[in-house]
Amino acid sequence: MMPSVAGRLNAAGSANALELRGVTRMFGALAALTDVTINVRPGERRAVLGSNGAGKTTLFNCITGDFPPTSGTIRFFGEDMTNFPPHERIRRGLRRTYQISALFTGLSVLDNVYLACRGVSRGRFSLIRPRTGDALLQSAESLIEAVHLQDVRHRLVGELSHGQQRQLEIALALAGAPRFILFDEPAAGLSPKERAELIEILTSMPKHIGFIIIEHDMDVALRVVESVTMLHNGRIFKEGPPEEIESDGEVQELYLGGGHG
Amino acid sequence: MVLEGIPAPVWGIGLLLLLMPALASNFVLFQIFGWSFILGTIALSLMVLAGYGGMVSLIQMTVAALAGYVVAILGTSGVPQISLGWPWWLHIPLAILIATLFGTLVGTLAVRTEGIYTIMITLAIAAAFFYFTRQNYGIFNGYTGFNNVVPPTLFGVDWRQPVPFYYLTLGCATLSYLAVVWMARTPFGLALQGVRDNPRRMSALGFSVTAHRILAYAFASVIAAFGGILLVWQNAQVVPGTAGIPQVIDILVIAVVGGLKRPIGPFIRALIYALLSVFSSDILLAFGMSGERFKLVIGLGFLAVVFFSRMACSGCGALDASAWSATAAT
Repeated sequence: MMPSVAGRLNAAGSANALELRGVTRMFGALAALTDVTINVRPGERRAVLGSNGAGKTTLFNCITGDFPPTSGTIRFFGEDMTNFPPHERIRRGLRRTYQISALFTGLSVLDNVYLACRGVSRGRFSLIRPRTGDALLQSAESLIEAVHLQDVRHRLVGELSHGQQRQLEIALALAGAPRFILFDEPAAGLSPKERAELIEILTSMPKHIGFIIIEHDMDVALRVVESVTMLHNGRIFKEGPPEEIESDGEVQELYLGGGHG
Repeated sequence: MVLEGIPAPVWGIGLLLLLMPALASNFVLFQIFGWSFILGTIALSLMVLAGYGGMVSLIQMTVAALAGYVVAILGTSGVPQISLGWPWWLHIPLAILIATLFGTLVGTLAVRTEGIYTIMITLAIAAAFFYFTRQNYGIFNGYTGFNNVVPPTLFGVDWRQPVPFYYLTLGCATLSYLAVVWMARTPFGLALQGVRDNPRRMSALGFSVTAHRILAYAFASVIAAFGGILLVWQNAQVVPGTAGIPQVIDILVIAVVGGLKRPIGPFIRALIYALLSVFSSDILLAFGMSGERFKLVIGLGFLAVVFFSRMACSGCGALDASAWSATAAT
């Protein structure tokens, strides 16, 4: 049953941005995630760390609905969306980026961002072409400026450098009115200069937009978050503020000093 | 404007086509060009699904034939005991509506499959429709189908005369072409191409991939339905074989062979197909071979199209969809 508008508003006002309770995801007999419980406050920025295969990307796929959890519940601003299809979750303000850029390489930068803006607004099936001055086109333009791609906005995405494609990934996630974003290794393959730009983009995002970031680069991850969740073999291993995690002996052994490549 | 997306060579061809009745014989106008425009329109509906949506549907010829059947059943035909004789302003829109609903329904089933399975399920439904119409005498008049299905006389013009029919089919083909060129750059069309390239990413942008694919079937069905009505008028009959398996495959060949990128492609290949079909037996006879082997010439012709498709069908290089940008207006 659909709760009343007032009920939903109340729930949203007092609720966590993201609330995972006992989320388990099986692939056949393999448990990729086991009994994961995470609460993220609105506006909170958190890193998810863990070695390869720890279940970080599976966690994202459960939250976005690409792979629904085998058991457990996921609430987004108070609303139970465990069984929602992915596009319904996105329309409620959830966003994600991909570890390997998933862009429309045959379309221009502007068309990519325009599609992202269109996906979270009305008129997805519209047969009316956007005119000059169209509100969505304008918001697409300003998103492109926010990620410093204005010089290449008419270029085909397939012609962009790797770093530019990573920036475009972020622009797509910022389209519409995001309330919470999942960043999957946004710094992968970026040069030091591009990493600095990425940190600048992430820290200059409006404060009310919370996010979870998967990132192997500690310099990036720990500089933009206020809390850290450490995953190991599909389970939560440790949670805490960055400095505590960084100095934790067990964590260092497992991850930071573990000769991770 | 839609016209901005159309490259110069197409304008030239358009002008030539408008003046064609002054140059060509009635036979060429009716049998070659009329038929090409009709086949091209039906194949265009498949090009929309396959080219922009990544869905190879073999149901388009069946949708076209169903529209023709509805025109024969609700309008007038040589089978008065079945045909209801309703006026054209009623039976034509109903034919398009019913065929579109049918195509959308098939789409609703087919979008749950991918790749080869889409081909199989649509082919299965097309085959079922063929056998159903052949065995059902109450509505579809079985094996004999309907003869004497002709366009209404409007504005004092007999639209089945070669020149009026030429302009009727040219007009319909042009409108279908423009509708597709327009659609490709609308939010719907852009998103459809996004669904083709990366459905998972599209749902992560807030699009319902299933709904988008089903609506693509609806859009394509409207185009196929127009083509089907014209086809039935041209032949003055509709029979189960109108959408037999060979006809279904012909549409696939015309739409797909040599590339799916450009909405003008189906028309060019439909013209090649019509020319080969009509003249191949003459060619064979000239070489002292049996005229019955005309399918051999058609097959060789399309092999040549595949080999030389870059030259044969992309002479209008600017037609590449990615070169157009609605957003270039900014």
